[in-house]
Amino acid sequence: MNLGNKRQLSSFLLMLALLLSFATPASAVLTIQITKGVDGAQPIAVVPFATDKLTNALPYDLVSIINNDLARTGRFSPMPAKDIKAIGSPHDGGTVRFGDWRLVNMDYLLVGRVRQTGAINYEVQFQLFDVFKGEQITGISYPFVANDTRRMAHRISDIVYEKITGQRGAFDTSIAYVTALSGLNNKRKFKLNIADSDGFNEQTILESSKPLMSPSWSPDGQQLAYVSFEAGRPQIFVQQVFSSNGQRQRVTDYAGLNGAPVWSPDGQYLAMTLSKSGNPEIYLYGLASKKLTQLTRHPAIDTEPTWSPDGKQLVFTSDRGGKAQLYRIGLSRYKPVSKARRLTFEGDYNARAAFSPDGSLLAMVHGTRGRFQIAVLDLANNALQVLTDSRLDESPSFAPNGSMIIYATNRNNRGVLAAVSVDGRVHQRIEVQQGDVREPAWSPLSQR
Amino acid sequence: MNHKLLLAAVLLPAVVLSGCETFGGQDGSDVVVEDRGTQTDGSQGVDGQDGATSSGAQAGTAFQGHPLDNPQSILSSRVIYFEFDSASIRNEDRAAIQAHAQYLSQHSSASVVLEGHTDERGSREYNIALGEQRAKAVRQLLLFQGAVASQLQTVSYGEENPAAIGHDEDAWQQNRRVEITYKAR
Repeated sequence: MNLGNKRQLSSFLLMLALLLSFATPASAVLTIQITKGVDGAQPIAVVPFATDKLTNALPYDLVSIINNDLARTGRFSPMPAKDIKAIGSPHDGGTVRFGDWRLVNMDYLLVGRVRQTGAINYEVQFQLFDVFKGEQITGISYPFVANDTRRMAHRISDIVYEKITGQRGAFDTSIAYVTALSGLNNKRKFKLNIADSDGFNEQTILESSKPLMSPSWSPDGQQLAYVSFEAGRPQIFVQQVFSSNGQRQRVTDYAGLNGAPVWSPDGQYLAMTLSKSGNPEIYLYGLASKKLTQLTRHPAIDTEPTWSPDGKQLVFTSDRGGKAQLYRIGLSRYKPVSKARRLTFEGDYNARAAFSPDGSLLAMVHGTRGRFQIAVLDLANNALQVLTDSRLDESPSFAPNGSMIIYATNRNNRGVLAAVSVDGRVHQRIEVQQGDVREPAWSPLSQR
Repeated sequence: MNHKLLLAAVLLPAVVLSGCETFGGQDGSDVVVEDRGTQTDGSQGVDGQDGATSSGAQAGTAFQGHPLDNPQSILSSRVIYFEFDSASIRNEDRAAIQAHAQYLSQHSSASVVLEGHTDERGSREYNIALGEQRAKAVRQLLLFQGAVASQLQTVSYGEENPAAIGHDEDAWQQNRRVEITYKAR
């Protein structure tokens, strides 16, 4: 399926969606393209699911969402729909003729059907096959409602991805990011947005004429902490993203910096940067106790804390050695138990670290010879690998399954997002229709 | 997902902000300076605030207005520039900072906001901290040369409010700066 067809299909689906359900403001505001894939992406045929018995059509086509999800990883090469039609349209295991699919070198086959179970209620039943072995890998059925159609498709993609790669899928997730629009008379508009991981369903959860920064997801994926300059100075807020009491509360308003909030893995603390002492230092803020613990004490800049997934280490940026580099301190019960130790030695500048979900890698902004790129440090052997080839990259954030790193960069003088696989082989470009987009934060895995 | 959508749609209007202007961005501060300038042209503002200190004496021979409005005065120099990833004040900027310190020490009701900025390179929160260090460096020098702490306020916008749009050294050097903005003169 080429890009033009995808776009036509999306706009067709969008119109369909608007006709069917005005409560679904879905459009691909972010468009995601693979700019570099892997050799030997695995061929898979996702046969259009049987939907002919439905009395109320689905707002979206499940199969095209699944195909887009799989193709976007760069690890799968879904068969175009018209080629599938020429071979056959099985909807369950009983009608699959594996020989036909082996002839066209398909490794995997996904078939399914959707049943109507109520006015807006459906049930999808699907089976994934290993074509070479002629065996079913998995077969599942799920109930869902019309408004959850996209989400249902992402969950199916998650299962297919997990069964084939052995790694959990991260399609049923969200991305938070900041957009900046320049307006008349240099009046700018900043928005804090969230979108599905495929760029659909963009929703603005905060808008301001002053900068918004540093969105950070709570571990349960229900809240975002961020920095807002709405009062003319930086303050840290926490906002409910999805729930009905979508209130936000100001967490800190100290003199000087209030920045870089990140949740502890257990959700009880925010690590943050405050300069109320006169100098930027890292603190822990107890969300229940509302008490601060100061973690660093150094006349240099200390900022951008990030937690190891087990909560026992905190890595941060400091220029205590003269230039920005990453340092690590050990924590026990939220108290520092070891002195700050320098972690990075390659390059002139290493900052804004992010731990991989398994804690083995540290992504960072790596500056060398005037270029700022995304690099990963393997904490087991201290090997640094530069993953990108641009010059103004920042804000790396891991997908919650550890497969990709989304980051902000600059393309044709615009702020855009991009993503790269942790091995550096797959590259995606993610663009918005207008303005600059920055500071992506990938949500945790949804609670199943 | 329907929960997400519906609830977000309900929430959206409630959380839309109109940014309040406490001491705002560049546009706002420029306007403030001009407004006060036209007031003090009538000279009652200067006399009222500063007693016998006449603006003519400070501004030199030709300029009749407020010294802060004299384009020939070193006080018109209100932006201090920095090297990349540095908060060290360059020698060529020391005279301007000294002039502002002197003005502040002679006008106790005058006050300034020192707004620190960086270029776009590197990470955003580090740049916020770097912008603050730049503002603090200017503050330290102003204090050292006679200004008092209550006259000085600092804020950092990091790379969020560039003076020049562009992605090359030309723009970057204009963006690595501290802006001295008079809130009261």
